[in-house]
Amino acid sequence: MPRLGDLASVIRSKNAGPFQVTIDIMFATAEDYRRVLNSTVFTAAEVAKRYSIGESDVAVIPFDRVHAIKITIPRRWGSRGSGSAGDRDVYGAQQHGPLVDLEIA
Amino acid sequence: MTDELRIVAVNGMLGYGYELKSLEAAVGAKPHLMGCDAGSTDPGPYYLGSGKSLVRVDQIYRDLKPALVGACRNKIPFVIGSAGFSGARPNLELTLDVVRRICREEDLHFKLGIIRSDVGKTTVVDALAANDIEPMPGAPRLTREHVEQSTHIVGQIGTAPYIAAFEQGADVVIAGRSCDTAIYAALPIARGYDPGLALHMAKIMECGAQCGIPLAPNDCLMGTIRRDHFLVRPLADYRVCTPESVAAHTMYEQGNPFLLYEPEGIVDVREADFRQVDRQAVRVSGSRFVPADTLRIKLEGARRIGARAFTIAGARDRHVIAQLEVIEQTVCDAVRRNLNAEALEAGYQLYFRYYGKNGVLGELEPSRVDPAEVGILIEAIAPTQALASYVLSLARSSYLHCPFVGRKATAGNLAFPFSPSDFEGGDVYEFSVYHLMKVKDQRALFPVELEMI
Repeated sequence: MPRLGDLASVIRSKNAGPFQVTIDIMFATAEDYRRVLNSTVFTAAEVAKRYSIGESDVAVIPFDRVHAIKITIPRRWGSRGSGSAGDRDVYGAQQHGPLVDLEIA
Repeated sequence: MTDELRIVAVNGMLGYGYELKSLEAAVGAKPHLMGCDAGSTDPGPYYLGSGKSLVRVDQIYRDLKPALVGACRNKIPFVIGSAGFSGARPNLELTLDVVRRICREEDLHFKLGIIRSDVGKTTVVDALAANDIEPMPGAPRLTREHVEQSTHIVGQIGTAPYIAAFEQGADVVIAGRSCDTAIYAALPIARGYDPGLALHMAKIMECGAQCGIPLAPNDCLMGTIRRDHFLVRPLADYRVCTPESVAAHTMYEQGNPFLLYEPEGIVDVREADFRQVDRQAVRVSGSRFVPADTLRIKLEGARRIGARAFTIAGARDRHVIAQLEVIEQTVCDAVRRNLNAEALEAGYQLYFRYYGKNGVLGELEPSRVDPAEVGILIEAIAPTQALASYVLSLARSSYLHCPFVGRKATAGNLAFPFSPSDFEGGDVYEFSVYHLMKVKDQRALFPVELEMI
C-alpha cells in the first residue's frame, strides 16, 4: 500500500503562530488527493493518535482548489509555545514525520 | 480612486536578500508604494524578549540601502513593518539607525513616520481585569504575573495607524510589530479600494516571491490592485506565478486556508478566483471582506525564564545506545545528589535530546530502528547562567562516566567533538503573551511620530 508521503507532492509542517503547528499535504493529481481524503485510515482520530493529542484538537481542512489538505494541531513541544524550555522544533518545520508513513488503503 | 495601485514587496524578510535586477524592474514599474516585512515570531521568543534581531545589521543595511535609495530618488513611498524582527522598541531603534545612516551616506531627505508598537503593561493589565483579553488558539490563559514579567509586549499594528501616517504626509514609514497585511493593504484601503481584495493581496505579498515558481522569499513581487480584482506578478523575469501557486500560498503558515483573520475583520477567500493573465501574472478576484464588530489587536510578549548551558556529544557504543533512558535517569539522580543546597533551592531543568534516534519528534517518533550512533544534546536551564553551567557540568561528567548494567566501554560513554565541551546559551525566553486584546482606537494605541530627515 502506498504511504501518504509517497502520494503527496508536498508534505510540510510549520508554525501557525507559536502555539499551533499546521501541516500542508499537497497532491499532484485530483486522483491522489481524493484517494487520501476518502481513505478510511486518513482521519482526525488517526492524526490525534499519532500526535498524542485529543481528536477535538485536530482540524482537517480539505482545499479542493489546489488538491491539498491542511491539518492544524496544537504545538507538541515547549513548556509554553515555540522556543520555550524543552522545545524540539522552534519553527515547527519537521513535525510532519508521524504522518509520512501512514499507509493509505 | 485611480484605475490601479501598484505595490511592490521588496522581499519576504528584510535581510534575507533579493535580486537587484528585480528591484530595478520594481522601480521601473513606477509603483505607488514599496515595502517589506521585517519580522516574524517563527524563530521563537528570544528576539522579542531580548530586543535583539535575528537578522544581522549588515543584512538589513544591504537590503535596505538600494531599496530606500530607489524609492526616495523616484518619490515612491516606502514602508517597513515589524522593524528589527520583533518590532519592540530596541528592534525599531536598530532599524531607524540603519535608515538614518543610509540617509546620511546618500543625502536622502524625506518626512519619516515612525509607528511604535509597544503596549504598556498597565494597558494590558487593565484590559485583563476588564475581561478584554482572550488567548489565541492553543495559547494558555494570560495572568497578571505573565504580563508583569514580560520584558517587551507589542501589539500587531493594523492598517489604521499606517493610513494615519500616510495622511500626515509621511514619505517613509518605519513601524514596529505589524500585521503582515497592514504593510501593503493600508494604502489601497486609504484610497478606497476593496478591503477584502487589498488584505488578500497583502497576505500573498508578505512573503515576497514565495508564491512564485521557483518560490523565493528573497525576491520582489508586485501586486496591482484595481476596482474588482488584483494581479500578482514576480519581478524576476525567470519567475512565474500560476493560479495554483498563488492559491496554494494562501495556505502557508495559516491555521485556516479560507479565512484570513485581521484586526479589521475576516477575509473570506472561499469564493476567490485565480486566473493566469500572461506568462508571469495571476489575476485574483472574489475575496470578500466581513468587517469585525469589535477591533481586536494581537499582543505578543516574552519573558525571561532563565539561562541555558548545553553540551553536544556522540555515542557510538551500542550498549550505551541501548541504555540511553537508563543512563539519563541515573544522571538526573546523580545531579540532584551532587548539587549544593542553594542550587537545589533555585531550581533547574535538565533536557536530553537524542539526535539520530528521536531528537526531533521525541516520544512521537514512530521509527524504532536502533541507530549506529546517536548525537546527544544535554541542556540545563536555571535562573542564572552560573547555575545553568554548574548543573550542566555535573550532568556532563555524570553522563560520561555513568555506570550501567552490561557496560563494556568503561572508559567513557560520550565522544565530545570540542574542548571546551560546555557552551553558555545565554538568556532563555518564552512567549508570555500571545493574546487578542479588544481595542477601541487603534490610532490612539499606535500613534504616529513624524521626523524630518
